[in-house]
Amino acid sequence: MMKAKVKTIKEFLLDPRFVNYTLIASIFIVMFTLIQFQLVNRYIYNLLVMVLIMIVMSTSLNIATGFLGELVLGHAGFMGIGAYTAAIIGIALRPYIGADLLLFVVSAIGAMTLAGIAGLLVGTPALRLRGDYLGIMTLGFGEIVRNLITNLSSITNGAQGLAGIPRIMTFPIAFWTTVLIVSVIFLFMNSRHGRAILSIREDEIASESVGINITRYKLIAFVLASMFAGIGGAMFAFKEGFLAPVSFNFLKSVEIFVIVVLGGMGSLSGSIVSSIVLVFLPEYLRDFKEYRYLLYSSILVITMLYRPKGLMGTKEFNFTQFKASVSRVVTRLKTRFRKGRDH
Amino acid sequence: MELFISQLINGLNTGSIYALVAIGYTMVYGIIKLINFAHGEIMMFGAYFAYLFAFSLSFQLPFLVVIVLSMFFAAILGILIERVAYKKLRKAPRISALITAIGMSLFLQHLAQLIFGATPYVMKPLVDTTPITILNFDISRLTLLTIGLSILFMILLTLFVYKTKPGKAMRAVSQDKEAAILMGINVDNIISLTFAIGSALGALGGIFYAMTYSQIYPTMGVLPGLKAFIAAVFGGIGSIGGAMIGGYLIGIIETMTKAYISSKWVDVIVFGLLIVILLFKPSGILGKNRKEKV
Repeated sequence: MMKAKVKTIKEFLLDPRFVNYTLIASIFIVMFTLIQFQLVNRYIYNLLVMVLIMIVMSTSLNIATGFLGELVLGHAGFMGIGAYTAAIIGIALRPYIGADLLLFVVSAIGAMTLAGIAGLLVGTPALRLRGDYLGIMTLGFGEIVRNLITNLSSITNGAQGLAGIPRIMTFPIAFWTTVLIVSVIFLFMNSRHGRAILSIREDEIASESVGINITRYKLIAFVLASMFAGIGGAMFAFKEGFLAPVSFNFLKSVEIFVIVVLGGMGSLSGSIVSSIVLVFLPEYLRDFKEYRYLLYSSILVITMLYRPKGLMGTKEFNFTQFKASVSRVVTRLKTRFRKGRDH
Repeated sequence: MELFISQLINGLNTGSIYALVAIGYTMVYGIIKLINFAHGEIMMFGAYFAYLFAFSLSFQLPFLVVIVLSMFFAAILGILIERVAYKKLRKAPRISALITAIGMSLFLQHLAQLIFGATPYVMKPLVDTTPITILNFDISRLTLLTIGLSILFMILLTLFVYKTKPGKAMRAVSQDKEAAILMGINVDNIISLTFAIGSALGALGGIFYAMTYSQIYPTMGVLPGLKAFIAAVFGGIGSIGGAMIGGYLIGIIETMTKAYISSKWVDVIVFGLLIVILLFKPSGILGKNRKEKV
C-alpha cells in the first residue's frame, strides 16, 4: 500500500527535483526579462542561442562518446543532414504555416527522422568495428555528407549556400527545446537502458556475459545521438537563415568533440558548462585572434595529459553535493580561522 | 588507351606521395597503436622546411641537400611531438591518446599559420620540369623523380627494417612490447626512431605534394593526410608493404575517377571506399586479423 510521504517545507525545498525546476525556470525568467527589456544586445542574443545549439550538439554527442565510449568524429555530418532537411521543409511550408513554433516543430521532426535514419544506416554496420576504426569511419561519413551537400546542388544549392530560410529561432523556442532534449537524455541515461549503455563502456565482454545485447544498445545510443544532432542542426538552420556546406566540415565535428571532452566524457552538466565557456571564450579572445585556436588546441592536449577524463569527469553537477562541499569548505576555513586567532 | 596510360602515370605520381605518407601512419600504428593525426601536419611542415631551405638562403643548395635537411628537421619535429604529447599517454585509454593526436594536429596547423601566415606560399618545382619522351609518352621529370625517389626510399626502409639490428628491434617492439623490454631493447628509443623515420618520409611526401600542386599552406596536410591514412588502412594498418600498395592503389583510383567520372566525386568515392574496406575487410589487404582478448 502506498503511503503518501509527508514532507516538511524544508525537505520539499531541498528536493533535487524542485531545485532543478526552480533553477531552470529562474534562468529562463532572468534571461527572458533581460531580453524583453532589451538589456541584451543583438550580438549577445545570437551568442546565447548559439550556446543552446552547442548544448544540444554536445549533450547528444555525449551519449555516443561519453556514455557509450565510442569515438565519433562525424557529428557535424548528422547536424548538416538535420540542418538542410529542416531548412528545405521550413522554406516549403512557410506559406502554409504561420505559427513559428509549429513550423519549427514540424521541420525539427523531419530533421530528426532523417538524421536518425542516417545514424541507423551508418551505425548498423559501423558499430561492429573497434574504437578508433569507428572514429575513422564516422569521419569518412562526415566528409561524404559534406561532399554530397556540395555536389547535389539542385537540392541544396551547393557551395553557394542555401538562403531564405525563415529566421524563427527565438530565445524561448531554443531554450525550451534544449531543456526538453537535455531532460530526455538525462532521464534516458538514468534508466535501465542508460545503465546498460554505461556498462558497455566499462566492460564490453562483462556486460555481454550478464545478458546485455551489446549491438542493440550501441545502436540505440548511436541513433539517439544522431537524432538529437539533427534537431541541433534544425535549430542552427533557423537561427542563421543561411546554410553552407563549409559549416559542417571536420573542424565543426572536432569543435563539438572538444566541448564533450573538456566538459567530461559522461557528464551532461559538464557538456553544458563547457558549451557556455567555449562559445563565449573565443568571442572574448578576439583580440588574440591568431592565438585563439592555438590556445584551444593546447587546452585540448593539456587536458588529455593531466585530466584524461575531462574537467568534470563522469560526475554530474548535483545541488545537494554542491551544498555539502561548500559547507565543508566553510567549516574548514572557520577552523583555520579559529586556529589562527588562538595563536 | 593513351589517356589511360598517362592517367596511370599521374596515378603513380600521386600514389607515391600517399605511399610515403601512409608509411608513417602504419609504422606508428604498428608500434604504439595510435592513429597519429598530426602526421599530415608533419607533411605540411616538411614542405615549409623545403621552401625555407630552397628560397630563403642567400646561396642555392642542391636539391638533394634541401630534401635531406627538411627530412632531418621533420624527423626532429616528429620525435618532439611524441615526447611532448604521446609519451605520457602510452598506458592511457586509446581514446585519450587519439584526442591528443587530434589536438596536436590542430595545434601544428595554427602554429604554422602563426609563423608563416595563412596566404599560400608558391612552391616552384626545384628540379627541371621539361618532359622526357619515353615510348611516345611525355613524362615530366618531376613525376619521374617523385616516383623514382619514393621507390628508392621505400627500398631503403625495407632494407633497414628487415636487415639491420634497429629494424629487428622495431619489429620486436611492435610484436610484443613487454617481451622486447626483457630482451634488453630500449623501447623509448625505438619509438622515437619510428617517429623519426615516419616523419622524414612524410616530409618527403609533403615536399613532392607541394611541388606537384605548387602551393604550401597551413592546412595542406589535412586532406592528403586523411587519404594516406585510408591508404594505410586499405593496405592493412601496421604493415609497411601494405601501406605502399595501398598508397599506389588510392592514387590510381583517385586519378582514374578524376579522368573518367568527375573530379567533384573524388572525395566521395575515396571516403566511400574507406567505409567499404572497413566494413568488409577491416584488416586490409596485408594486415593480420587480431582478436581482442579479455
